[in-house]
Amino acid sequence: MSDALRFHYDVDGENFTSAGEASAQVKKKLRQLGFSPDIIRRVSIAMYEGEINMVVHAGGGKADVFVYPENIEIVLEDSGPGIADVELAMKEGYSTAPDNVRALGFGAGMGLPNMKRYTDSMTVESELGVGTKIVMKVNV
Amino acid sequence: MKVKDIVPRLGLDMLSGDADREISGCYVGDLLSWVMSHAQFDECWITIMSNINVVAVASLTDVACVIIAEGARPEENVIEAAKAKGVCLLLSEETVFSLAAEMAGLLKEKQAE
Ligand SMILES: Nc1ncnc2c1ncn2[C@@H]1O[C@H](COP(=O)(O)OP(=O)(O)O)[C@@H](O)[C@H]1O
Ligand SMILES: [Mg+2]
Repeated sequence: MSDALRFHYDVDGENFTSAGEASAQVKKKLRQLGFSPDIIRRVSIAMYEGEINMVVHAGGGKADVFVYPENIEIVLEDSGPGIADVELAMKEGYSTAPDNVRALGFGAGMGLPNMKRYTDSMTVESELGVGTKIVMKVNV
Repeated sequence: MKVKDIVPRLGLDMLSGDADREISGCYVGDLLSWVMSHAQFDECWITIMSNINVVAVASLTDVACVIIAEGARPEENVIEAAKAKGVCLLLSEETVFSLAAEMAGLLKEKQAE
């Protein structure tokens, strides 16, 4: 679909404090495009959790958001360590986050479950030593 | 009830944001992923967290304001980020429990009106 709007972001893996910049930008763009607060909330929260994961677990990555007439698609890709057991990682409460991340209020093992909850479809492709690709769609 | 109504009532120190924002409820929590999935638009969020991610979560959930409780102090860059994003940051020395109790009283008062 060539008529999709596309927003691209590089997510800095060094800087935990700047995580959230991409989702904040997307939120602003979607608001300008006139999407409902509910859609904006779901897209930006799912994306923020994904961004945090790329920073905390994968040393950064890239995020693309495509706005189609029927849905908004969020594609997150990193070249991190990958996820050994995706099914386990999707369980609420499962987390390998280090203590310093927990002290900041993350690492509760709710990121991936939140991403699933807030989107209409979510696929996780991950290979150990290669990276992780997550595609989420929110119907509009 | 607006942010500017609770500031004097709870003795809060306002650092940033819109004093005219309407408050429709209250949410308490420190686990940011949890808060993100439960706090609602226009609520007052009470937390002991004061790092920069609080600003991101407040902005994404579009809560009316954040009360950083129990004397926790955000760093300057956090306050700057809140100003830039239009997030209302309020400070208090009180415990989360007593702030939540006071908020519950104020919200009940408003309902009765
Ligand atoms: N992009 C990623 N790369 C590698 N591992 C990941 C990635 N995202 C998530 N994980 C793994 O899945 C687990 C669960 O993720 P999540 O539900 O977001 O919880 P949390 O981030 O709080 O640990 C993480 O602890 C980590 O082990
Ligand atoms: Mg996570």
